[in-house]
Amino acid sequence: SFLRRLSTTTPITATLFPGDGIGPEIADSVKQIFKTAQIPIEWEEHYVGTEVDPRTQSFLTWESLESVRRNKVGLKGPMATPIGKGHRSLNLTLRKELNLYANVRPCFSLPGYKTRYDGVDLVTIRENTEGEYSGLEHQVVRGVVESIKIITRQASLRVAEHAFQYAKAHGRERVSAIHKANIMQKTDGLFLKCCREVAEKYPEIKYEEVVIDNCCMMLVKNPALFDVLVMPNLYGDIISDLCAGLIGGLGLTPSCNIGEGGIALAEAVHGSAPDIAGKNMANPTALLLSAVTMLRHLELNEKADQIQNAVMNTIAEGKYRTVDLGGKSSTSDFTQAICDHL
Amino acid sequence: TYMPRPGDGATRNVTLIPGDGIGPLVTGAVEQVMDAMHAPINFQKYEVHGNMREIPEGVIESIRENQVCIKGGLMTPVGGGVSSLNVHLRKELDLFASLVHCINVDGLPTRHKNVDIVVIRENTEGEYAGLEHEVVPGVVESLKVITKFCSERIAKYAFEYAHLNNRKKVTAVHKANIMKLADGLFLESCREIAAQYPSIEYNEVIVDNCCMQLVSKPEQFDVMVTPNLYGNLVSNVAAGNVGPDHAVFEQGASAGNVGKVEMVEEKKANPVALLLSSAMMLRHLQFPSFADRLETAVKRVIEEGNFTTKDLGGDCTTQKVVDAVIAHLD
Ligand SMILES: Nc1ncnc2c1ncn2[C@@H]1O[C@H](COP(=O)(O)OP(=O)(O)OP(=O)(O)O)[C@@H](O)[C@H]1O
Ligand SMILES: Nc1ncnc2c1ncn2[C@@H]1O[C@H](COP(=O)(O)OP(=O)(O)OP(=O)(O)O)[C@@H](O)[C@H]1O
Ligand SMILES: [Mg+2]
Ligand SMILES: [Mg+2]
Repeated sequence: SFLRRLSTTTPITATLFPGDGIGPEIADSVKQIFKTAQIPIEWEEHYVGTEVDPRTQSFLTWESLESVRRNKVGLKGPMATPIGKGHRSLNLTLRKELNLYANVRPCFSLPGYKTRYDGVDLVTIRENTEGEYSGLEHQVVRGVVESIKIITRQASLRVAEHAFQYAKAHGRERVSAIHKANIMQKTDGLFLKCCREVAEKYPEIKYEEVVIDNCCMMLVKNPALFDVLVMPNLYGDIISDLCAGLIGGLGLTPSCNIGEGGIALAEAVHGSAPDIAGKNMANPTALLLSAVTMLRHLELNEKADQIQNAVMNTIAEGKYRTVDLGGKSSTSDFTQAICDHL
Repeated sequence: TYMPRPGDGATRNVTLIPGDGIGPLVTGAVEQVMDAMHAPINFQKYEVHGNMREIPEGVIESIRENQVCIKGGLMTPVGGGVSSLNVHLRKELDLFASLVHCINVDGLPTRHKNVDIVVIRENTEGEYAGLEHEVVPGVVESLKVITKFCSERIAKYAFEYAHLNNRKKVTAVHKANIMKLADGLFLESCREIAAQYPSIEYNEVIVDNCCMQLVSKPEQFDVMVTPNLYGNLVSNVAAGNVGPDHAVFEQGASAGNVGKVEMVEEKKANPVALLLSSAMMLRHLQFPSFADRLETAVKRVIEEGNFTTKDLGGDCTTQKVVDAVIAHLD
């Protein structure tokens, strides 16, 4: 396992997709900071192809996917899916091919960057393969359509297991399962049942269940009420964005996808921002904090803390901030400031 | 404007369902205040509880005849196999729209200023269709149903509401990038209706982004129209936003509103939301002067801040608040 690998001095190889638009700039920033912090990672860089690879039906090549499967860790910048028919979206390809079943988003207030909420420190864990996103829809008669939500025991157990494991590994106290089982008694009911089963194996972690609408209200009133949240696909989509909104938007939120066989693919969830691409203006924070989640997955916790603190301190200090945070710094000045804070 | 004419005050019958938990407490508040105002309303009371297998005889008939009902929360047992009585009532009576108005109230410190959002939620179909089954052990499906008929009906209601209340913009909330057919049909219906109201601005927002915007820049929204589940979430986010630590309009935001055990025992539920809802009811019954009197009294009590429940920073019982409201009636 990883622990065994860490005991040797050989560096860990990780796949890096710099991506499109501002991607390469913020990826450079991550590389520079990782180098300065002397993190034992060697990047294997992969770019999205210019032609559809028939083996993946996508612009992502088979070799790229193999690289992630082999290394089991990767970092991905924003990718703009080329428009046109006959290929799968890049995100969908990654998710399907690597079976990325859980999306983990830590969400914490950045000290010094004032939003209307302080003291947020929670993690959303979203089931990412089924639920309302099954893609099964049909027209019954004209003017009447149905869309099928699927919940399976297997996928629910798997994501619940990950949530509790995550809570345990990161010293979290509580896991809340978010649901609407009062209305969707069978589907969300099954999801809850699976969460309860897993909860029993982790007596040291508190387990609770919260109805999704109540959860929304509690989050906007007092987000500090929550610790780790686990939920089906659609609720996770909505709640994770809501939480990102609480702390200042997608430019600051890290994200990491967990796949079969222990794959971890960290990603920035914001777009490729073509309007500021190549102008040395982009904010690398989200990608950097995503890379930090990757380090934590590798149990390089000290290094992870070191980088996370440097980012927080740089932003808190306020001397170097990128334009989106109300500052005037370039990507490279902000990056240098973080390196100086390491 | 409304001019009271002799004989116009003919008493109207209204069905009253106290419900479970804090329900009887807050509906009791409404009864007392209506009584103090001598409002021309006659309540017909029915006992309905969330743990009943079905709605007792006479209730539906009474609501059908009176056309107006005020109700406290009904407990929905989670995973109990009995489908929610709330959902049942909605279906039986075809209560197709749920309207939640989230607005800052003077005197309450809030995170956001200038919030004035009306969420209009389709209330009969969508994810709440109640069609679920086990395909094989360990695999269950739930059907979300969207129909052109219901989507057009709710869109029409939203635009008509916007038109009559001088609202500028209607925003449709959806996830049509994923649910292309279902939410697609909802959007298509909204667009068709929007075309009939050229003076009202129309736009669309994806539900996850919508919730992010609601917590950061809620001022941008005006009237929102949504399918069933998204409406439930959006209205709760919006309502949470205008409350200080707790929201005032929870009664509007939640169907159940059964409340905590301690709150029931200590008789400290906040009656404000249901009182304001009953003002809406008075308006609906075309008794606007009674509605105004009630609203003014409630708002004054909140502004003065001497008689509030715990959720608004005070420690009063429901009865204390009711007494204060009655004392503030002109
Ligand atoms: N028909 C489908 N079946 C299954 N998955 C799909 C389908 N259509 C799209 N997806 C995938 O579902 C995933 C989640 O989509 P979603 O709308 O939540 O993305 P997003 O909100 O833009 O991103 P995020 O939630 O990560 O910020 C995407 O990766 C998308 O590729
Ligand atoms: N009138 C009130 N005064 C004070 N607190 C209230 C009042 N109504 C509800 N609450 C509190 O607000 C929270 C949410 O209650 P609510 O009954 O809406 O639960 P819910 O699970 O959202 O129900 P639903 O299934 O109807 O959405 C609870 O803590 C409840 O005690
Ligand atoms: Mg999303
Ligand atoms: Mg509720």
